[in-house]
Amino acid sequence: MTQSTHNLVDTMLNDFDIAAIRRDFPILNQQINGHPLVYLDNAASSQKPVQVIDAVDQYYRLDNANVHRGVHRLSQRATDAYEAARSKVRGFLNAESDKEIIFVRGATEAINLVAQSFVRPQLQAGDEILISYLEHHANIVPWQMVCEQTGAKLKVIPMTESGELNLSGFDELLTDKTKIMAVGQVSNALGTVNSVKQMTEKAKVKGIPVLIDGAQAVPHMQVDVQDLDCDFYVFSGHKMFAPTGIGTLYGKQALLEAMPPWQGGGDMILSVSFDHTEYNTLPYKFEAGTPHIAGAVGLGAAIDYMESVGIEKIAGYEHALLELATDKLSAMDGIRIVGTAKHKASVLSFLIEDVHPHDVGTIFDQEGVAIRAGHHCAQPVMQYYGIAATARASFAFYNTEQEIDALVKAIHTTQELFA
Amino acid sequence: MSDLRDLYQQVIMDHKKKPRNFREITDANHMAHGNNPLCGDALVVYVKLNGDVIEDISFQGSGCAISVASASLMTETLKGKTLADAEALYEDVHKALTGDKDAAELTGKLQVLAGVKEFPARVKCATLSWHTVHAAVDSDHDISVSTE
Repeated sequence: MTQSTHNLVDTMLNDFDIAAIRRDFPILNQQINGHPLVYLDNAASSQKPVQVIDAVDQYYRLDNANVHRGVHRLSQRATDAYEAARSKVRGFLNAESDKEIIFVRGATEAINLVAQSFVRPQLQAGDEILISYLEHHANIVPWQMVCEQTGAKLKVIPMTESGELNLSGFDELLTDKTKIMAVGQVSNALGTVNSVKQMTEKAKVKGIPVLIDGAQAVPHMQVDVQDLDCDFYVFSGHKMFAPTGIGTLYGKQALLEAMPPWQGGGDMILSVSFDHTEYNTLPYKFEAGTPHIAGAVGLGAAIDYMESVGIEKIAGYEHALLELATDKLSAMDGIRIVGTAKHKASVLSFLIEDVHPHDVGTIFDQEGVAIRAGHHCAQPVMQYYGIAATARASFAFYNTEQEIDALVKAIHTTQELFA
Repeated sequence: MSDLRDLYQQVIMDHKKKPRNFREITDANHMAHGNNPLCGDALVVYVKLNGDVIEDISFQGSGCAISVASASLMTETLKGKTLADAEALYEDVHKALTGDKDAAELTGKLQVLAGVKEFPARVKCATLSWHTVHAAVDSDHDISVSTE
């Protein structure tokens, strides 16, 4: 790190009221194996602020009922809370209309929905689906499934040693057979921030629809789906301080209108007889059954919380943490950082020489340091590097400089134990 | 730290660094692949049976310290044993690691696996090779097992 970057990092770290933030996350205030919990597994799932916990609690204590069904007061309040959450997500993504925001269980379900409802009906044998080497299994397997169902082919944008997408042959991968390009905005295994806007622009020129998996992006950066001009954008709530089991599919209205429903059931219909069913309008057409209302309320509260802290500020602070951690680990003997892209967010994947990541995870846990050890549901990335797994520290804006020191200390303990 | 020392005892570290019987048996009459898809541990166990006696046993592969050491200890322990003895040891190890049996009752060096019990997330690492050898001798063709 240069001196000026150092100063910038210092400024960022000092400019953030970390003590106040940490008070909002009650779970952080506990001991694990006699050490303060150092939670560095945010890319797997983030912790929840008291504002989100309270919103869910209040919903169940005061407003709980089914949505879109009752004339009674609670049903109205539940419906209002659920639809208010939808509006918040619309604002959060800068979508044009609430109709473009479909609540789903998470990014995985959203991708499956698009694969089965949008892509599959138009696929012919020999058609192509374009993904990238850096994808999470959730953005690989649903496409493999439609390929198996239709005889279409999966094409993969290659990667480089630094963990970036290799876009030198990108234009040739966008063919008149490509029926969708589905790429992650941020790699969960390596933290690489992909240039999805430029990639989308190229795909759109050729008339290829684009899905962006934003699961690892929304906790860390401002997202504007209109600016990206993507056709679909998906994310999970639980990685951005909201409950598990709630997520969002954003889709351009015209495309969603033209798509057949994904699941059938209550709430997605206007009228049903044994001869004929008329489907509901957007967004309800894609929300069969009673939705995760409390989850949506929690997601709305998480958005409010992130916006009250300031997403730009979050991004700046986390970047400073990542720079600092990268710097410290780079200076250590026997450490290899996996994924050294120029633009990264939150994630520091690494290997300790001669120590398997699973042993690393266990030893860290004894010091209260929670990291992920494994293939991070991105086995092709591991295969690229010829490794089975990495240890991964991933940061959120409630992490601190001291916690990076705890990470460094845990590495020393590991190295001593395995010396 | 004391718990960690129980887990990563000298014997474990020694077997991790210098795994015994880490080779292929070219004339093995039983073999199996063991995988733990969660962490990517992958090993192959080779067995050469002479009647019901394990004349030779070996393994190859990669994994964490616990899985490699456990596999190495397993090959040392099982070499020369009858299938019935091996089966009994397999049961013992399994019970000792999952809590149905006092690990202190494990024979000889296998006692070092007792520390794993305190780390439930790691039990599968220690049992991978044992499940794999179990599958190998049960089958007359190459077979795959998974501990997840």
